[in-house]
Amino acid sequence: MTAFTALLARDMRIAIRVGGGALMGALFFLIVVTMMPFAVGPDLNLLARIGPAILWLGALLASLLALDRLFATDHEDGSLDLLMMGRMPLELAIAGKGLAHWLTTGLPLVVISPVLGLMLNVELKALGAVALTLAAGTPALTFIGLIGAALSVALRRGGLLLAVLVLPLTIPVLIFGVAAANAAILGGAAFGPPFTILCALSLASLVIGPFAAAAALRFGLE
Amino acid sequence: MALIDLANPTRFLRLVDRVLPWLAAATLIVFAFGLFQAMHAPDDYQQGATVKIMFLHVPAAWLGMMGWTLMSAAALGTLVWRHPLADVAGKAAAPLGAAFTFICLVTGSLWGRPTWGTYWVWDARLTSMLVLLLLYLGVIALYWTAEDPNRGSRAAAVLTLVGALNLPIIKFSVDWWNTLHQPASILRMGGSAIDNSILIPLLTMAVAFTLLFFTLHLAAMRNEILRRRVRTMQMMQAQALAEAAT
Repeated sequence: MTAFTALLARDMRIAIRVGGGALMGALFFLIVVTMMPFAVGPDLNLLARIGPAILWLGALLASLLALDRLFATDHEDGSLDLLMMGRMPLELAIAGKGLAHWLTTGLPLVVISPVLGLMLNVELKALGAVALTLAAGTPALTFIGLIGAALSVALRRGGLLLAVLVLPLTIPVLIFGVAAANAAILGGAAFGPPFTILCALSLASLVIGPFAAAAALRFGLE
Repeated sequence: MALIDLANPTRFLRLVDRVLPWLAAATLIVFAFGLFQAMHAPDDYQQGATVKIMFLHVPAAWLGMMGWTLMSAAALGTLVWRHPLADVAGKAAAPLGAAFTFICLVTGSLWGRPTWGTYWVWDARLTSMLVLLLLYLGVIALYWTAEDPNRGSRAAAVLTLVGALNLPIIKFSVDWWNTLHQPASILRMGGSAIDNSILIPLLTMAVAFTLLFFTLHLAAMRNEILRRRVRTMQMMQAQALAEAAT
């Protein structure tokens, strides 16, 4: 397990230091949320109603941001080859990289979402619920995104291709995330079912993501 | 003839040359028959003649979904057995599946205008077909960006299988999302069993569309094999030129 923790620590250190994109995602999230009232108008009632949707959409786009460099930088400096030849299973290594990515990109989004929710006039007691749904759902976004990151490095293409491939696959996460957040804010529907399905989606993508990404890397870089 | 014999492209091309004219002729005959039947099918008492759009719409939807199934089988063939024909089959099926899904969406929207009063509603079925189209376009984009066809086809095979796992989840979640927003579904097709006077032309049209799919698919596979041959020849030519220059 030491190789796993070493990889995790290395990736997090790279993300936090100069040139890493750890807080860039959170900054992008802040900007997207700031742009929204300019687009839909400063009506606080409207913002309160679509607030969870804005927060979720912003988090979805922000978590995709740093993904396309996830394997690309490792591929350029050769450390990806070491990971592929190393004794640690490639799937585990990829899961470690995904976890590091989530800790440095996904978790800051979760942490600042209550503040942004406040700006969108989301009720105080619902802020925690929105943050909880983001905490449960953003791992799914990262681990689904791993597949796109692996495919784009295998083909030596990045940027928009990644978004085109990954975004349709994240539709279920968005649906259940917003449904759970809305249930907490507006009441009416139950919070439990969409939230548990959201957790299930995260757990399933935790399994499928690393395996599919490892397959894509093996087939692409051989 | 075993499936492995078809790994030889020349043998496969010979088979295609023999089968394709018959398949094309069968497609034409069944299409003529199906369209004739569809013309003489009775109008719906409520929808009038617009119900005939169904004879294009429903088979196109079925084949749009069959396209992904075919691609998933081809993806398994590519990744597990490395069958050279499998990635040609997968690549040829992607634009066809996208085209049939697109036909389904367009005819559905034209049908929706007179019957529902709008071109587009965010109905569960419409939305999941739209997501299917987006996934098709993603796979096609992946094929386009790959310089090396072998590498591209393996990447696309991984994506196809991930999509095959995801499509039922997307379908389920879209159903959930829709019932949450608008409980009364607008789409009430097949409320009662479809009458034979409509069902028989519909099934004939479905057979015709399936034949059309496979005719186009075989032709597209042949074109793809020839395209790869041309590519190899061009590369050999370029190499010969480079060697002559040094």
